[in-house]
Amino acid sequence: MKKLLASAALALATVFSVQANAADYQIDVDGAHAFVQFKIKHLGYSWLLGRFNTFDGQFSYDAAAPEKSSIEVVIETASIDSNHAERDKHLKGEDFLNVKKFPKAVFKSTKFDVKDDNNAVVTGTFMLHGVKKEISFPVQKIGEGKDPWGGYRVGFEGKTTLKLADYGITYNLGPASTHVEVHLYVEGIRK
Amino acid sequence: MTIKNTTSGYGWAAIALHWLMALGIFFLFGLGLYMVELTYYDPWYRGSLDLHKSIGMVLLLVWFARLVWRWMNTSPAPVGTPVEQKAAHWVHVILYLMMIALFVTGYLISTADGRAISVFGLIDVPAIGYAFENQEDIAGTIHWGLAWTLIGLVGLHAAAAVKHQFIDKDNTLARMVRPQDES
Repeated sequence: MKKLLASAALALATVFSVQANAADYQIDVDGAHAFVQFKIKHLGYSWLLGRFNTFDGQFSYDAAAPEKSSIEVVIETASIDSNHAERDKHLKGEDFLNVKKFPKAVFKSTKFDVKDDNNAVVTGTFMLHGVKKEISFPVQKIGEGKDPWGGYRVGFEGKTTLKLADYGITYNLGPASTHVEVHLYVEGIRK
Repeated sequence: MTIKNTTSGYGWAAIALHWLMALGIFFLFGLGLYMVELTYYDPWYRGSLDLHKSIGMVLLLVWFARLVWRWMNTSPAPVGTPVEQKAAHWVHVILYLMMIALFVTGYLISTADGRAISVFGLIDVPAIGYAFENQEDIAGTIHWGLAWTLIGLVGLHAAAAVKHQFIDKDNTLARMVRPQDES
C-alpha cells in the first residue's frame, strides 16, 4: 500500500512537472495585472465602462508552439463594478446578470488559430447567464520575459463583442445598447 | 389649540408627526414597489429614485423630531389590559426600530460607492467613508424585507387602533385624530 501511494505520488509529480514544462501560466490576479473590462453604449450617445473585479484563470502558452495554447477564465459575476452602487445592484439583479442564479461566467478555449508571432484567433465556449455559446475573437501577445523578481511573465489582450440577447439578457437599454464589448487583459506568471 | 400632549390625549404636534410619517411611509412603500419595475426608457426611471431617496431622508429627520418630541412630552395614559399595554408598547418600539433600520439600509444602498444622497437637490447627505463587501446588495435585501414587515406591522397597529376605538370604545383612534379634552 505504501509503495502504491509512493508510486502514485511520483506519477502525479511527473505529470505536473511535464505540464509545467509545457509553459503553464497563472493569471496574475493577486497582483492585479489582469483586467476584465466591458464597454456598452449609453443611449447611443456615449460609452459606459465597467469591469469585473474578481476572476481567476490559467493559460498555456509556448512561443515555439503557439497553436497549442489554451486558456480558461472564470469570472465572478457579482464582482461587476461600474462605479455606481445603485447601477451595480441593478446589473447584479434578475434584469441582467442574475448573479444569485448564475454566479460564474466561464470562458474555456478549444482552439488557437495562429496568424503570426503575436496574433491569433481564439475559439472557445463562453458561458454567461447560464447560456453556453461558442465565440471566436482575436488575441494579441503584448510581450514576454523575465520579471525583476525571479519569475517569468507573458501578457495578452483580447476583445470581443457579445450580443446580450444571445445570452438571454433582454432588458431594454435601447437600440444602441444591445451589444457589449468585453476586453480581456491578462498577464500570466509561469508556474 | 393644544400643541403638547396631555394625559388624556395627543397634542397637535404629535398627531401631525404621526400622520406625516404614516403618509410618508405608505408613499415610499408604494413608490418603492413601483419604481423598481420601471423600464430604462420610462421618463420617471431616474426621478422616482431621486424622490424616494429625498423623501426617505426627510422622514429620517421627522423620525428624530418625533422621538425627541415624545421624550420632551408627557404621554397620554395607556389604555387596555396590562397585556395589551405591553403589546402596544413593544409594537411601537419595533415600529420605530424598523423605521430607522429602513432609513439606514436605504442610505447604505445609495452610498455604497461613496456617493452622497441629494435631498431634493438642496443638500447632500454624505456617505460614511466605509463600505462592506456587496453593501448595496445586502442592504437592498434587508431594505426590501423590512419594508414588507413594516407594512405588515402597520396593518396590525392600525387594526388594533380600530378594534380599540369601535369594539372597546376607549377612544384610542380618536386620540390620534384630534386632541381630547382633559377629563
